[in-house]
Amino acid sequence: MHFVSDLFRNIGLWFHGWLSGLLPGWAVTLIEYVLGVLILLTGALVTVLLLIWVERKIISRLQDRIGPNRVGPWGLLQTVADALKLLTKEDIIPEGAEKVSFNLAPILVVFPTIMVLGVIPFSRGIIGADLNIGVLYIVALGSIGVMATLMAGWSSNNKYALLGGFRVVAQLLSYEVPMVLAMLSAVLLAGTMSMQGLVEAQGGGFLNIPYWRIFVIPLGFLIYFIAALAELERTPFDLLEAESEIVAGFFIEYSGMKFAWFFLASYINTILLGAIAATLFLGGWQGPFVEHVPVLGVFYFAGKTLLMTILIFWIRGTFPRLRIDQLMGLAWKILVPLALIVLLLVAIVIKLPVPPLARQAVLFVSNIILLLGALGYIGRHLRLTAERQKLGGRL
Amino acid sequence: MVIPLAWYLIVAAALFCIGLYGALARRNAIGILMGIELMLNAVNINLVAFWRYVRPQMLTGQLFAIFVMTVAAAEVAVGLALVIAIYRSRDTVNVEEIDLLRG
Amino acid sequence: MLLPILFIFFSIAVLGFALLVVTTRNMFHAALFLVGALFGVAALYILLEAEFLAVVQILIYVGAIATLIVFAIMLSRNMMRRDIRAANDQWVEGAVAAVLLFALLVLVLSRASWPTVTAAAPPDAIPGIGKALVSDYVIPFEVASVLLLVGMVGAIIIARERE
Repeated sequence: MHFVSDLFRNIGLWFHGWLSGLLPGWAVTLIEYVLGVLILLTGALVTVLLLIWVERKIISRLQDRIGPNRVGPWGLLQTVADALKLLTKEDIIPEGAEKVSFNLAPILVVFPTIMVLGVIPFSRGIIGADLNIGVLYIVALGSIGVMATLMAGWSSNNKYALLGGFRVVAQLLSYEVPMVLAMLSAVLLAGTMSMQGLVEAQGGGFLNIPYWRIFVIPLGFLIYFIAALAELERTPFDLLEAESEIVAGFFIEYSGMKFAWFFLASYINTILLGAIAATLFLGGWQGPFVEHVPVLGVFYFAGKTLLMTILIFWIRGTFPRLRIDQLMGLAWKILVPLALIVLLLVAIVIKLPVPPLARQAVLFVSNIILLLGALGYIGRHLRLTAERQKLGGRL
Repeated sequence: MVIPLAWYLIVAAALFCIGLYGALARRNAIGILMGIELMLNAVNINLVAFWRYVRPQMLTGQLFAIFVMTVAAAEVAVGLALVIAIYRSRDTVNVEEIDLLRG
Repeated sequence: MLLPILFIFFSIAVLGFALLVVTTRNMFHAALFLVGALFGVAALYILLEAEFLAVVQILIYVGAIATLIVFAIMLSRNMMRRDIRAANDQWVEGAVAAVLLFALLVLVLSRASWPTVTAAAPPDAIPGIGKALVSDYVIPFEVASVLLLVGMVGAIIIARERE
C-alpha cells in the first residue's frame, strides 16, 4: 500500500538504489539525467501527438463535423500519418534565403520549449530541476523563441514572412509585459520563484483547495491566461499566421520536416501554457488527500493541464481573430494597467495584519470588483465609440 | 576558485576593446550601438567577477550589473529610436553621411 | 579541472562572436552573433555562480535588446544592400586605439594584486538582491526606473511618425 501511494517516486528511488549497487556514483547521476530527459521528451512528444488529435476532434464537434476517423480506431493514428507525410516531403530552401539562419530557426524554436519542461513540477519531488529562479527561467527561455521566429521571418526572403516577423516583435513583446506582471503577483503571494515552492504555497485549507491562486487573484489568472494565449500565437491572437492576411506568416517558406518543427513547438507551448497556468494559479499538484496519497498529485496536475489545453482549443473554435490595432490596444490599454493594479493590491494586502483567510477574501473581492469595473468601463467605451462612428457616418 | 580572477578581467578587457573598435570603426549606426552593448557587457563581467572574488557577502557587484543592464535597455531604446528617425528623414543609417552640422 | 576548460571554451566563444559582431558586413548576421556573445556572457555569469544575473542577462539582452536591434535592422533594411564596406575611414585608428588600450589594461592587470577571498558565494542571492534594491540602493533603483520611463517616452516621441 505504501509503495503504491507514492508510486512514481518509489519507482525512482528503487531504480536509484538498484543502479547504485551496480555502478559508481557519477555514472548513476549521468544515467539518471539522461533517462529523465528521455522520459520528458518522449512524454512531451506522445502528448503532442494525442493533443493534435484531441484538438481536431474538439474543433470538429464544435463545427458540427466528425473529424479524423479513417486511420486507426477513432482516427487516433491520423496524426502519425500526417507526421510521416511531413517527414517524407521535399525540403525546400527558397532562393535568396539565408541558409544558416533559415535552418537554425526551427531548432531554436523547439529547443527552449523543451528546456522549460525541466522545471515543471509534476508532483512533490517529481521535477527535473527545482531552480530557485524557476519563473524567471521560463520567461527568459520564452524570449529566445521570439528571436527564433524573427530569424525565420527574416531569412526566408519573403515579404509575407517579413511582415509576420514584424508582427512577432509587436505582439510577443507587448504581451510579455502583462504576462510577467500577472506571474509576478503569484510569485509575490508565495514569496518564491521556485516552481515547487509556488505549488507548496497553495496547499492547506479545506481539501487543499482554498489557497489556489485562482481563488485568490482570479483577475491575475485571467490576465495571465489572455496574455499567454497571445504569446502562444493562437486564436484569437494568431495574427502572426493569419491566413487571410499574410498567408502563413513567418514560416510560410518552410516545408516538410522544418515545418513540423514549428508545429511541434507550437503544441509543446500549448501544453506548457496549461502546465504553467496549473502550477502558478490552479494549485499545481495540490488537491484533496494529496498529503496522504502523493501519487494523486501527478493525476491532479495532468488533469488541470489537460483542462487548460482543452479550454484553449475551445477558444479557438469560438472566437474570431483580432485586428492588429485592437491587439495592441488590448495589451497596453487594458491588460498592463489591470496587471499593475493587481500587483499593487497583492503587495499591499499581504502586508495587512489580518489572518490569511481574511487577506484572501479581501483580494478575491477586490479582484472581482476590479474585473467587473473594467468590463463595464470597456463596454461603455466601445458602445460610445460605435455610436460616434454611426453619427459620423450620417454626418 | 580554480580560475584566477585575472582571467576574467583579461577576457572582460578584451571584450571591452573589441566593443570599442566596433563603436569607433563601424559605418552603420546600429553597428555602433552593438559595439557599445559589448562594452557594457565587458563592464558587467568585471563587476560580477569582483563581486565573486573580493566581496561575495555584499551583493554590490550584482546590483550594479543590474543597474548597468537597465541603463543599457534605456540606451538601446532611445538609440534605436534615433536611428529609425534619421533613417526616415535621410534614408540612411550610415554615420558618415549624417553630417548636417558640418560647416 | 572541468571549470577552467568551460571557462576557456566560453571565453573564446564570447570573444569570437564579439569579433564577428564588429567585423561582419551583413548587419543581420552581426546581430545574431551579438546574441551568441550575450549567451556566452550569461554562461560566464553561471561560472561565477551568479545564476540570477545569468537569467536576467538572457531575459533583458537576448529577449529585449537584441530583438530591438534586429527590429531596427529590419526597418532600415533598404540601405543594407548598398552597404559594401563594414568599416568607416577611421577603422585603422580605431583598431590601433583598441589594441593599445588592451595592451595597457593587460599590463595593469598583470601588475595589480587583488585582495581576493576564497569564501563561498551565498547559496541564494535573490532575497539579498531584492532587499538591497529597496533599502541600501533604493535611490539608484528609483533613478533607474525614472530613466527607463524617460527612455520609453523619449523613444516613442522620437520614433513616432509626424502626421
